Amino acid sequence: MAIVKEDLLYTRSHEWVRFADGLATIGITDYARNELGELVFAEAVSSGRRVVPGQSVGAIESVKVAADILSPLTGEIVESRTEIGDELDQLTADPYAVWFVVIRPDHLSELDDLMDAAAYEDFCASEG
Amino acid sequence: MSSEQRKTPLYDAHLELGAKMMDFAGWRLPMQYSGIREEHLAVRRSVGLFDVSHMGEILVSGPGAFEFLDYLLTRNMSGTQPGRALYSPMCNEKGGTVDDLLAYPLSEDRYLLVVNAANTAADLAHMRFVAKTTWAATGKPLPQIDDCSADYAQLALQGPNAKDILSPIIPETSQLRPFRFLQPASAPDWLVSRTGYTGEDGFEIYLPPAQARDLWQKLLAAGATPAGLGARDTLRLEAALPLYGHELSPDISPLDAGLERFVFTAKPQPGFVGQEALSSVGQSRQLIGLKALGRTIPRQGYPLIQAGKPIGTVTSGGYSPTLERGIALASVETTTTIDGSVLVRIRDKDEPFEVCSLPFVKRS
Repeated sequence: MAIVKEDLLYTRSHEWVRFADGLATIGITDYARNELGELVFAEAVSSGRRVVPGQSVGAIESVKVAADILSPLTGEIVESRTEIGDELDQLTADPYAVWFVVIRPDHLSELDDLMDAAAYEDFCASEG
Repeated sequence: MSSEQRKTPLYDAHLELGAKMMDFAGWRLPMQYSGIREEHLAVRRSVGLFDVSHMGEILVSGPGAFEFLDYLLTRNMSGTQPGRALYSPMCNEKGGTVDDLLAYPLSEDRYLLVVNAANTAADLAHMRFVAKTTWAATGKPLPQIDDCSADYAQLALQGPNAKDILSPIIPETSQLRPFRFLQPASAPDWLVSRTGYTGEDGFEIYLPPAQARDLWQKLLAAGATPAGLGARDTLRLEAALPLYGHELSPDISPLDAGLERFVFTAKPQPGFVGQEALSSVGQSRQLIGLKALGRTIPRQGYPLIQAGKPIGTVTSGGYSPTLERGIALASVETTTTIDGSVLVRIRDKDEPFEVCSLPFVKRS
């Protein structure tokens, strides 16, 4: 069973979002890490870039596949984890401890579209 | 949906090993067990065992079987003899590739073709159409064409230690030379060939589905590492072996996929299907090998860029567990000159790659 953390919000594309002090921190979930398999590459989009929902804020690759990290929010990337390519071991060990980007969202209402932990657990179960 | 996918006789064995399963060509197959990297390295350094029972088998038999096959397949068939496996592309009239396959001459008028699972139906349709039309017009005998995929399970035992593991079970295999096959005295309905799809020494074993599980368990008990489709793909990419749907397609000729040594364009009358097209058009594209200079990983479909312009496309790309970096096969026009390095556009950024000789990894 993939680990789901209570205090986070989740997307249908398996990103987690931690919202605090007007900022949204974004990473990949344990479910995503399991699905990807052995990680071999990661990168985060540079800070200063503006993004809209569905736009890439980073990428993660396993031996098998490449996947984009998608922003669920409209806003500006205010912090980017440029060293994430060196942190694949940490990301593998605990994907909730390693974030990709921090976004300052324009519209807090967009957070309402995200799932809470219970809804995300149900969503993962339905994905099989 | 997984419920509609076909299952090999080893399906339960895969689940018991904790395999991560995937859907491929209508089958539910193991993608990985312990992990792609570990399984890959086991094959390079020791020995791995793959369930490839999804592969299709087609029997061409009867009077005229050899001549019909010579007409269907692009390669020079003059060395054909029982016991010798032949790799060949099979083309359509345009010279595009219908499939690439292994032909096993069982006797003078019986040939077992091993084809890609996803292509089996299309191959049969193509072969039957050719038989009824252009082949029938020659007035030569019509052979029988039978789909016998359900009669065979297939295990691939691959790696430098494959021989040591197999020979206690089937003693004759220790003397088997590359691209030769035999039908063991103890199991005459099996076919064991010294072939594979990993770039390593190894064997492919075709046997009745009901006996597959017993052999699978014996080979695992003897020390083979179970390996899934994930490792099969990374291994064949390192060995620069073409994969249908990547390097080959109905619109890609075997010449453009670097398979000219398996295309006998001077085949005498009646020649082979696609010969005219291949002879007149010739080769317009070539495959090149690329190694990442940074950490990025190329994938199928990514464009190659030189002097700001697209000059080709990645046909297969991925992470090489042996070289520990991104590698790719890419298709470019034969007229394109590349001076040692090229860029690959990965997520809107142009990343540097060096052009390298193929295969990426040579036999251990």
